[in-house]
Amino acid sequence: MEKEEEEKKVALPINCPSCSARIPAEALQRNLKVCPKCQHHFSLNARERIDLMVDNGSFQEFDADLSSFNLLDFPGYQEKLEKAQELSGSREAIITGLATVDGHKLVLGVMESSFMMASMGSVVGEKVCRAVEQAMELSCPLLICSCSGGARMQEGMVALMQMAKTSAVLGKFNQAGLLYISLLTHPTTGGVSASFASLADIILAEPGALIGFAGPRVIKQTIGQQLPPRFQRSEFLLEHGMIDLLVERSQLKETLSSLLGLHQEG
Amino acid sequence: MVKRQFDYEQKVREIRDKLEELNNLSSNMEFDLSQEIESLEEKIENNRERRYKNLSPWEKVLLSRHPERPNSNDYIRYFCEEWIELHGDRHFGDDSSVIGGIGRFNGQAVTILGYRKGKDTRENLQYNFGMPHPEGYRKIQRLLLQAEKFQRPVITLIDTPGAYPGIGAEERGQAWAISQVLMTLSALEVPVIAVVSGEGGSGGALALAVADRLLMLSNAVFSVASPEACASILWKDLERVEDMARAMKITAHDLQRLGIVDEIIEEPLGGAHLNFPEMAEKLKKALQKHLGELTSQDSGELSEERYQKLRKIGEFRG
Repeated sequence: MEKEEEEKKVALPINCPSCSARIPAEALQRNLKVCPKCQHHFSLNARERIDLMVDNGSFQEFDADLSSFNLLDFPGYQEKLEKAQELSGSREAIITGLATVDGHKLVLGVMESSFMMASMGSVVGEKVCRAVEQAMELSCPLLICSCSGGARMQEGMVALMQMAKTSAVLGKFNQAGLLYISLLTHPTTGGVSASFASLADIILAEPGALIGFAGPRVIKQTIGQQLPPRFQRSEFLLEHGMIDLLVERSQLKETLSSLLGLHQEG
Repeated sequence: MVKRQFDYEQKVREIRDKLEELNNLSSNMEFDLSQEIESLEEKIENNRERRYKNLSPWEKVLLSRHPERPNSNDYIRYFCEEWIELHGDRHFGDDSSVIGGIGRFNGQAVTILGYRKGKDTRENLQYNFGMPHPEGYRKIQRLLLQAEKFQRPVITLIDTPGAYPGIGAEERGQAWAISQVLMTLSALEVPVIAVVSGEGGSGGALALAVADRLLMLSNAVFSVASPEACASILWKDLERVEDMARAMKITAHDLQRLGIVDEIIEEPLGGAHLNFPEMAEKLKKALQKHLGELTSQDSGELSEERYQKLRKIGEFRG
């Protein structure tokens, strides 16, 4: 009792956006940022997700220095980039690297939603491609954890073309007979959903994640109707045959480990 | 007030009609105005030339969406001595916002795929304003693999506001359907030439733009999202759509500078719709030239070059 009281003093409790329960900050952290009452999955940042999945200390980052610049002279983009770097503590909207999961070596990419809604510009496209190429060179499986608002508008068509570029590299990866697992997290939409996030051998999703091509607001405006409940949520997509498996955060590492093991020779 | 229609040509027509009236009037009277009228006509023509040389990006957006702009069907009929349209995705249905089939182009059998807009309300409803559902992309996917099997070159025509944002489209996997087409096109061993003939809207348009050569008509546009969407999302201000169209670098010349477009096909003065035969003939010549070059290349080499071309797109530091 006393200990809980103390926790409350340290950090303010957080209201679950799904069930409105007041969750002590510590308890939420301990529960992998999942609401203990309704299992709502709060967003994890990229570093937290990496820590959650990979073996302690095994992560070696690739291309940490790659950064974007204002290639179209788009008004305000430079400032946005700087702000995003400050806010997220990350250089760009994806972190890539090599790690092990229960001893299974793999290349992974994890998108960072606090960096301009993890939109895909030149750097995200390039880092995904380089990660895929690394996995091919090392003949090891690839895991990409997506969350994204889509192609980055401030980089115009160069951003849109990253969809084609990442899809092309994954075509080669596919030819090489290697395993690619995609994990879709909240939210994965637009150009990322319509390119590398969908092109995996096995597609996993976190519960309750919004996943789709068009955003719900645009759809609502276009058709002028209310959208069905839970529309475009991962449960809805599972029902419609678009993903392989829903994985609760607490089961994520175990599921990955099992899938990786099942794809290992002998 | 933001212009929603490109009405310059209509104004020119009105002035010309007035001149014609004046001409008729003067011929019924004793004084001769023909010289003045001729010089005015010349002025109008010079003005038009200047005007069309200096179109703003937003004006190009409006022209690229012009209701009379030639559509994929028009080009296909002009290009092909023979044409057989093929239907259906073999999963769910036939999406008429995508036209696809086999044609004889310059004596050679080719697969042609395009987004299809209508010319009037009835056609636009029939073709869903050129906005495909997943069935459309799966029809494309099927016909691409068919082209590969029979070693037919592929020509694509891009003119769409984008993939359709609707309930059914999401239920049936719009994102999955588009991503499959992107991957398939990037690895085809047959030549692929893509033409942005009108409006190139977002990822839904991109699905047909992965090619050995990307050609673009001079008034066509190609953008990551519509200028309207970007203005409302980034600037929360639809009135600034003209500035947005400029900032996004969506014109053929911008995209050639960025290394995305390989060749620009100049449109007739006033736009493709004012002289369709001239436009279609020019485009046909360009396609013949590129097809000739690509057909003489080794097929493995071709897909590797296409891959390298895609792989290089992007600018960054570090």
